[in-house]
Amino acid sequence: MGDSSSIEALDWRDEIFAALKAAEIRQVGYVPDAGHARLIELCRDDPAIRAVPLTTEEEGVALLAGAWLGAQRGALLMQSSGVGNCLNMLSMTKTCRFPLIMLVTMRGEWAEFNPWQVPMGSKTQAALELCDVLVYRVERGEDAAETVAAALEIAFNGDLATAVLLSQRLIGAKRWVK
Amino acid sequence: MISNDPRLDRRVAIRALLENRADLLLVTGLGSTTWDAASVADDEHNFYLWGAMGAAAMVGLGLAIARPDRRVLVVTGDGEMLMGLGSLATIGVQRPPNLAIAVFDNGHYGETGMQASHTADGVALIGIAQACGFKETFDITDELGLREFSGRIHDAATTVFARVAIRADEPPRALPPRDGVLLKNRFRRAIGAET
Repeated sequence: MGDSSSIEALDWRDEIFAALKAAEIRQVGYVPDAGHARLIELCRDDPAIRAVPLTTEEEGVALLAGAWLGAQRGALLMQSSGVGNCLNMLSMTKTCRFPLIMLVTMRGEWAEFNPWQVPMGSKTQAALELCDVLVYRVERGEDAAETVAAALEIAFNGDLATAVLLSQRLIGAKRWVK
Repeated sequence: MISNDPRLDRRVAIRALLENRADLLLVTGLGSTTWDAASVADDEHNFYLWGAMGAAAMVGLGLAIARPDRRVLVVTGDGEMLMGLGSLATIGVQRPPNLAIAVFDNGHYGETGMQASHTADGVALIGIAQACGFKETFDITDELGLREFSGRIHDAATTVFARVAIRADEPPRALPPRDGVLLKNRFRRAIGAET
């Protein structure tokens, strides 16, 4: 393989971004998040993508419904705690069969420092599935882009709601500095 | 008695906003503003929310961003707007020039039995919109104000926000289709998107 630095130039976050670009994602709603920081930066820097910071994640569900009504594809970036904020909005996604892809960085699982993150983090997948969102979980960086690409296919070809959960072990537990 | 009431009739208000609508795209919020729009005419360029309270303004934002070639109007009620108040901050940052938001403010939750809303106790939506960065706001209490705002829906260069003071009454309901898939698909077809 030789020089490892050239191989490392593209990490899984960049690969997820490439998957979003390949699927012609034009609107990205997000709530600022350390795990998504790189992806948010890439979206904000891309002139073909309108990156929309949200005050709460449920706004993003509505934003992307509007985008689809106007024939644009979008994606929603959030942390697992934000999934809880979205539940009633997902009733619109289901009733109208809006395509949806949520990329969710997990908190409250692997080596979590903050117990307040655990109740929502430990129920994130169950809550999504209760709302009939198709959930895909990523544990390894090399699976990330392929999983996101697969979820994008299902979402936009089938008018279905999908979520890709990026595990806390993958992202790295939050480091606390005193 | 009605002649002394400074507030507008909601059906007069919706007709004024949709008069000469041309190819205006309309999003209405859960409840009375959906009935208001349907009372004028069901139109495939209307997307009515029958649920997802608090979503109307954000659906309008996503639509306006996606279709910069079209004008987008959101009409919703004070209760629906209050539930999505943070979206005014989000839209205040984006401010697409082709988006207009009109909040029909009667100070009450009409669909649940006319309980008072926060605006009845002094919460000022106009002040909130201004503080969120909206550059053009309209506090409308008469038909002159309605006409002025109606024009800006079609030619403003920034997102415009209007609070329309309406009476707390309940005119006969006009119910549009409530099949979400139908509403979505006919809307997309009407604006030339594949379905």
